[in-house]
Formats: sequence, structure tokens, C-alpha cells
Amino acid sequence: MDTEKTLTPDIRHPEYARLRFRIALTVILVAILPMVLVSGIILFQFDRFANRMVYAHLGELVLKHRQNIDFFLKQRLSDISHLFRSFGVEPLRHREFLEQRLRVLQEEYSYVFVDLGLVDEQGRQVAYAGPYELQRADYSGAEWFKRAIRRQAFISDVFLGLRGHPHFIVAVKRTWEGRDWLLRATIDFVAFNSLVENLAIGKTGTAFILNREGEFQTRAPGGAPKLTKQQYLNLFKKGEDALRSAASTLNTSDLLLEGHGYADEYLDRYLPTGSMFTVEKISEGGTRFIIVAAFLKDNQWLLIFQQEMADAFAQLKQTQLMTALVALFAVPAVVALAFLVAGRVVRRIARLDFEKELMNRQVIETGKLATIGELAAGIAHEINNPVAIMVEEAGWMQDLMSEGVESEENRREFERSLRQIQTQGRRCKEITHKLLSFARKTDSRVQQVQINALVQEVLELLSQRTRFANIEVKTALEENLPLLEASLTEMQQVFMNILQNAVDAMEKSGGTITVTTRREGERLRVSVADTGPGIPATNMARLFDPFFTTKPVGKGTGLGLSICYGIVHKMGGTIEVESQVGKGTTFHVLLPLSTAKG
Amino acid sequence: MALATILLVDDEVPFVETMTKRLVKRELEVIPAYDGPAALARLEENPRIEVVILDVKMPGMDGIETLSEIKKRHPLVEVVMLTGHATVESAIEGMKKGAFDYLMKPCDIEVLVAKVTEAAARKRKQEEKIIEAQMREITSRRT
Repeated sequence: MDTEKTLTPDIRHPEYARLRFRIALTVILVAILPMVLVSGIILFQFDRFANRMVYAHLGELVLKHRQNIDFFLKQRLSDISHLFRSFGVEPLRHREFLEQRLRVLQEEYSYVFVDLGLVDEQGRQVAYAGPYELQRADYSGAEWFKRAIRRQAFISDVFLGLRGHPHFIVAVKRTWEGRDWLLRATIDFVAFNSLVENLAIGKTGTAFILNREGEFQTRAPGGAPKLTKQQYLNLFKKGEDALRSAASTLNTSDLLLEGHGYADEYLDRYLPTGSMFTVEKISEGGTRFIIVAAFLKDNQWLLIFQQEMADAFAQLKQTQLMTALVALFAVPAVVALAFLVAGRVVRRIARLDFEKELMNRQVIETGKLATIGELAAGIAHEINNPVAIMVEEAGWMQDLMSEGVESEENRREFERSLRQIQTQGRRCKEITHKLLSFARKTDSRVQQVQINALVQEVLELLSQRTRFANIEVKTALEENLPLLEASLTEMQQVFMNILQNAVDAMEKSGGTITVTTRREGERLRVSVADTGPGIPATNMARLFDPFFTTKPVGKGTGLGLSICYGIVHKMGGTIEVESQVGKGTTFHVLLPLSTAKG
Repeated sequence: MALATILLVDDEVPFVETMTKRLVKRELEVIPAYDGPAALARLEENPRIEVVILDVKMPGMDGIETLSEIKKRHPLVEVVMLTGHATVESAIEGMKKGAFDYLMKPCDIEVLVAKVTEAAARKRKQEEKIIEAQMREITSRRT
């Protein structure tokens, strides 16, 4: 069960779960953040752009429409002014002639003119042509007459008048034989209405005209006014503010009317009113409206276009909704994808980690084999000595046998030899056991290790080498050190490697190796100091690199220290090296006493 | 009279003791020593020593060093090297430094005795030649 577990990468380890979460989060951030930013910026910019477009479009439409209406009104003035100019006052005093002119005008302008009338300066209608019985009608008291007689040209508000029917009047003044005469015409309300209402956009966009009293000069929008009268009246004030700010800039569309001469007063005062203005209003019902308005007729009328906000921006809203929907579907997709990708990456990493772990184990094993190889030479000699003694003792016994064992002296000698063989045999056994204890397969299981005993065991294995290389071994081992949580075989390997290096360094010259163990807080410090030639600075940086060696070919693999580093690092410890060329080298191995990781 | 007088040098005391007994039994005079400096001291004391049996691997002064020193001070004394692991390098080095021969430990006692006798014979022959040469010089001076 245990081996089974170590043979497959453990993907469910919390470390991997965290890694997966982190990768997924990064992917999500990287993918979604720019998306949100970009779509946010686009939406915002698009919103502003679309807003401007809608307003500009409406503004243009309203201006054009205003121009149309304006042109219509001026054209009507011009028509009757033309009658005055062409024929003078005299023929117009005859009803027949007037009726004839009315027919001509009606035929030409599809019955826009309802009637024609000539009024003298006392307000009496001298001649009348039209459907009503208004011959000799007296307008002296009529509001429109009082105002028209003071101007060259005049357009009235809509009123009921004598006929009890909404209509409005256009009138021009002319002086003949020292008296003022007015030629007036009634404009068909329905025809004018349809001209104004011509501007209908979307579902709720309607146009209408309002006078300064807040009275509708055309039919109310959509049958009933959507805003209160006061709200509409406020528009005039807004418009005048807009006028003032635009007073300096003339709109070229208005200059088209310049130089007609017949409606100077109207024209003069109208000229600077070129600008239209836009406001947003909320009705009592809570509906938001866009209102685009422009002055007409001497600033007395306001052409108003109104449209519900929702209607005007319907397309924009639809686009925004689409974008939001796309984002809504994209986010879960990105999140799901991120986790999928992260899962794959982590599985891959776990696999690699696992392979690395296997490789590490193999390297440690290989390094150990090399160490054993090196040890073997020393051990062979060590074993050879007792073997040689045993052979000699056996030979001596043979020598004695040829003399016979009867004599007391020979018997004693015989027994001594046998004891010596036994002694030397035990010596051999000890040596092989020591070697075997090191050579057995690396067991990375953590157990309790007495570091001093371990150091001494390793030193004993090397005792033969140190003895022949004239190396003095000193130990300063602190007593009662706590037990170390570590793999026994791995620890053996670490100190065997470091100590072997020390012996190698002093093989020729001899010297002293000092091994010190000490507790430092929550760590154990094991120092191995030699008095060898030291490590040159150039080699210092590569000391723990695998396959880096200064030993002759066939002697060192260059794996020893790199394996030591790997083992110690895995335990959460560190290896430090101090070295002075010509003085010696000290390796400090610092091992954590508890909570060894890995 | 012994076949030859030999100096047996090895750091293993039981080995030297038993070997001594066996060589004595084979009519050799054996002087034991347990390290290089002791060997050189014995050589100084006993000019009778003809052959040195020398272990290569010894703590302190090793076999090769001892060999050089012996050859320097007593060029005529023959040295038979004895080693646990006869590597090519140490064999070459020993021979270069004037060792008579090399034997692997553990070795057959009869082979060792034969080698030692051979070495002793060579030493005597060398000495004879020297004496001969000296004699010739003396006689030629007379004539």
C-alpha cells in the first residue's frame, strides 16, 4: 500500500490544490481583467458617442424641420405680399377679383389658404373671399388686428376668432392713398398641422408648436401633453438662455432668408435665433423625455420635438444588453477553462515532481555506490590484515602439527593460534558489518537518529584511511543532544561524503579533522573542519553542482556534495562552507530538530 | 648458523609474532619491527640484517618511504615488499626505488622463504663482488 502510494504522483496533495487554484486565479485575472476593462471602456465610449449621435441627429432634424416650417410661413407671407405688390390695393377691394386670386392660390398651394380678406385701417373687412360669411366683418377689437396694423408683416397665434374654429392668420400691410391697408389670409390648420407633425421618429417621437402662453399651436403630442404646462413654459426660458449664448454665432441656415425685404421686422429679430437647444425632462408619470426645441416666428413660438428617452436610446440599450449577455456567458466559460487548464498544468507538474523525486533517489543511490567503491579500497586492506594473520596462524598450526601436538608447549601454542584466528575472524565480521550497514539500500523513512553515534560510526568506517593518511581525528560532541528526525541512511551518506572529502584533501599531507556537534536553538549544527589545502574561490560557487569534481578521473563522481545538498535541503536544513586556501575547510551542516519538511 | 638474517616490518603485531615463529622454524633469524622508524633503528643496530620484509601500508611512515630511507642508508640490504593490495602504481614505485620483489599478503610461507633466500643470496653476491673489486685494487697496487 505504501509503495503503491509512492509510485504515483499524489495530485490530491493540498500543495497541488493550492497551486491549481493559484494558476486558475491568475489565468482568470489575466483573461477577464482586460476583457472587463476593454468592454467597460468601449461601452462607456460607445455610450457617449451614441448619446452625442442621437442628440446631434435629433438636433439636425429639428433644425431642418424648423427651417421647413419657417420657409412655409414666410412663403405664405410672400404670397400675399406678392398680391399687394402686383395689383395694388384697388383691385383687391372687389370681391370677385379677390375670389379669383384665392382660387389661383388654392390651386397652386393645394388649399393651404382658406380665405383672403382686405382690411382697412379701422379694422373693417372691405373685401372677403372664402367659405365664411365675413364680408364687412369688424376686426377693430381683435387682438391680431391691433398687432398686425403696427407691422409690415404679421403671423398670428392660433385662435378661434369669429368663426369659432382654430386657425391662424398671416397679414401684410400696405399704404395706399395715405391710408394703411391689411391683406390677410387664413391658413388651413389641418395643412399646417400635418406639416409640423411630419417629424415623427421612433414610437414616441412627435413634434408640435407652443406659444408663449403655453398653448398648443398644433395638435397636442400623441393626443395629450406628456409634460405639465409649467414644464413646457420653462422651455422658453431655457431657449432664451440658449439664444443669448448663441447670439454671437449666426446659423447659416437662417441667412437664407436674408434680403427678402418684405418681412424685415420678422427677419431682423429672427436672425440671431439660429440655435436650437436640448433638455431632458421627467414627466409626472416618471418617464424621461428628450426635448429638442427651436424658436419660430419672432421667438413667439417654440417648435418642440419630444421623444421618450427609452425610445430614443432603444438601439443603444439593445447593444449594451447584447454586450452584457456576451460577457455574462464569457465569464463562466473563462473560469471553467481556467480551472481546466490549471488542472492539466498541475497534473503535469505533479508528474514532473514525481519523476524528479525518482531521479533524486536514483542519484542518491548512484552517489552511494561511488562512495562504497571508494570505501572498498580501504576496507579491502582492512580485511586483508586479519585474513593474513589467520592464514599465518593456520600455517603455524600446520608447522606444529608436523612436529606433533603431544608436547605441552605445542598444545598451548595451538590453542593460542586458534584464539587468534577467532579474534581475527570477529574483526573481519565487524568490518563487513560496518560496510554493510552503509551499503544497504537507501531508506528514506524518517526515524530517530542519534547524531553523535552516527558521526562516530562514520568515523570508524574511515578510521583505516585516516590512520594511514596520518590524519588525526578530533571530536567535540555535545552530550545529551536531542534525537534528530531524519533518514538514518541519508544522514550516514551526508557525513560520509563530507568526511571522505576531508580525508581526500589531506591524503598526501596528513592533518587534523575536527568534528563538532552542537545544539543551536531549534537546530543541530554538525561541523567538519579539516586542515587541508582549502577550496579556491573559483571552485566555491560550483561546489554543490552535480558532476563538479577536482578529483582525478575515476576517483570522484562529482555527485557527493550535490547529493548532500539535496538531502539536507529536503530536510529543511542548510550546508555552509568556510574555506581558506592553505588553511583548511569547514563544512557546517545545520539540521532542523523538529518539523522536518518533506 | 641461520640461512639469513631478516627484519620483518608490519604494523600488525600478531602477524609479526606468528610470522616470526614460522620463519625461525625455517632456520631464519628474524628481527621484528612494528613501524618505519623502528625498522631503520634495528638496521642501524644490526649490520647482520640482509633482507627486509616490508609492509607497504603502515600508519605514519609508510612502506615506500621506509624503503627509500633503507636504500639510502643501506644500499646493499635487499627489500621484499609485502602488501594487501598490490596495485600497479605502488609496485612500479617500489621497484623503481630498488625493492627486490613484491609479494601479496597473505602469501605462502614457502614462497616467502624462497624469495628471502634468493634476496639474501643476491646480497651476498653483491658483497662478494665488492670485496673482489677491493681486493683487485689492493693487489694491483702491490704489483
